[in-house]
Amino acid sequence: MLAYALRRLLLAVPLLIGITFVSFLVIHLAPGDPVEIQTGDMSQQHSAQAYKALQELYGLDQPLHVRYWNWLSRIVRLDFGRSFAPHGRPVITMIAERLPITLLLNVIELLIIVSLAVPIGVLSATRQYSTFDKITTIFVFVGFATPDFWLALLLMILFGVQLGWLPISGLRSLNWEYMTFWQQQVDFLSHLLLPILVATFGGLAGFSRYMRQSMLEVVRQDYIQSARAKGLAERVVIGKHALRNAMLPIVTILGLSLPGLIGGSVIVEWIFAIPGMGQLMVQAAFERDYPVLMGNLVIVSSLTLFANLMADLTYSLVDPRIRVGRRRR
Amino acid sequence: MRDFWKALSRNRLAVIGGAVVAVLGLLAVLAPAIAPWDPNRPDVRKILDAPSSRHLLGTDQLGRDVLSRMLFGARVSLAVGFVSVGIAATIGILLGSAAGYHGGMVDAAIMRVVDLMLVFPRFFLLLAVLAFLKPSIWTIMAVIGLTGWMGVARLVRAEFLALKEREFVLWSQSVGASAFRITWRHILPNAMAPVLVAMTLGIPAAILTESGLSFLGLGVQPPHATWGNILNEGKDAIELAWWLSVYPGIAILVTVLSYNLLGEGIRDALDPRLRQSAGRVVSRGR
Repeated sequence: MLAYALRRLLLAVPLLIGITFVSFLVIHLAPGDPVEIQTGDMSQQHSAQAYKALQELYGLDQPLHVRYWNWLSRIVRLDFGRSFAPHGRPVITMIAERLPITLLLNVIELLIIVSLAVPIGVLSATRQYSTFDKITTIFVFVGFATPDFWLALLLMILFGVQLGWLPISGLRSLNWEYMTFWQQQVDFLSHLLLPILVATFGGLAGFSRYMRQSMLEVVRQDYIQSARAKGLAERVVIGKHALRNAMLPIVTILGLSLPGLIGGSVIVEWIFAIPGMGQLMVQAAFERDYPVLMGNLVIVSSLTLFANLMADLTYSLVDPRIRVGRRRR
Repeated sequence: MRDFWKALSRNRLAVIGGAVVAVLGLLAVLAPAIAPWDPNRPDVRKILDAPSSRHLLGTDQLGRDVLSRMLFGARVSLAVGFVSVGIAATIGILLGSAAGYHGGMVDAAIMRVVDLMLVFPRFFLLLAVLAFLKPSIWTIMAVIGLTGWMGVARLVRAEFLALKEREFVLWSQSVGASAFRITWRHILPNAMAPVLVAMTLGIPAAILTESGLSFLGLGVQPPHATWGNILNEGKDAIELAWWLSVYPGIAILVTVLSYNLLGEGIRDALDPRLRQSAGRVVSRGR
């Protein structure tokens, strides 16, 4: 096991370097110069001077490989530079403020998705072609086809504007400071309700489908037959023998779907004005704030890589076939 | 081939999906002829008019007819869907076939690039690129295509790995056919079925991505009408004009749903073994 874990870790190193390389390249090779945009609205003469000063400040007059090396040697110390925005704050503090919010959203989202998708998938697999199965199939197709931002708009119109039950933006009400502790918690949760509902919807469709698929494959196996032949109750056969094995691929899919979930939170955060990584990314894209863009890209994809690694290791821990099979090869 | 059509036509949902796809294509092509109003002509006397017999789906903040804008938006959505999937499929086929046929170092190198591209949350990557590009339909098509080829590459590679051991390939190799010829004339045609399915399912994913980007305001720019940017304008008038937020979303939903039904139907018809388990998950456009 240890050898396997070490090998997986070693394989992650070139990917990590690749992440920094792609993030750097994407932003530096794209036409459109960040300095030019910053100085765009100054007078001709001033902007020429400012342009030169800024270029030197950010080292943009250096050749590409030198800039990459400088940048790389700074980011290993988690120094992503300062934002181009007027406040000029360090990128890493901006990310540190926002990362917990995005992580919190995604963790809650994942917990809800898994705890609902597993029973839905199992039920529709064990009752294949029943009414329940057909309804969930319709739900899956509609869930896939519904743009999350549109769902968000509709829910905002319904619950926010028409009914006025729920707040539609931010994480706190304006009178937050005057609330008691419990009121604050309720307020916070009511702000999270709609975003989480929207973010869960599409993912739930996918996971319940995977679970159904995985379960369908397992219940056709011989050992399920023999479990039944032994006279075990159907509840035990499905709930214990089948479910455990059907859950295995879900671990991998969970890891693989993380970039999708994190990516999906971009739009949700933007619509509901939640100060997370996604909202930061959209703002930075509008302002062409490239230290922030690069920092965000590196952090988010490194986290994804880390999560994939964890999923892989968990998978090999719960399913010994993986480790043995790979070693033999 | 006849079996394929027979199997496909027996799948009621796929037939419905296919019919809707065809009608949508027709509407998009005919948009200039059938749109009741000029999609870009503002009219200050008709700002945010509710749906009526003159403007079936109402008007927007500038008094433009929403139905006409949506018809023209269909052209953008479908064009982006087809072209970006074409780009993604071309890259995916080229890299996937090279990896699968040659194996060894070539394979290892290409697959590491695929792994690398897959750790980037797609929307973050798209935003980073789009921040520095002049937004237009063409850049949107290009970036969606360039960030979406990994699935096809893996698929083609897997097909090649299986097919290159088969007798007809060994035979071609032994009579001295070039690698190029074997790849393109002998293996690829046999590997195309799953690629076609992936492409059919890729179109709705690309449409979702485009509408999401346009909704954020980083996709296709106004005055070009797209479903995404009509929704973006709708968001600002959310308390006044529900029709701006509702109809374009329905259009996206119906389009994506139809393509998914058609794509799943084609897959099941091509591969009867999969039909009973009926349920690979289609990818969402993120």
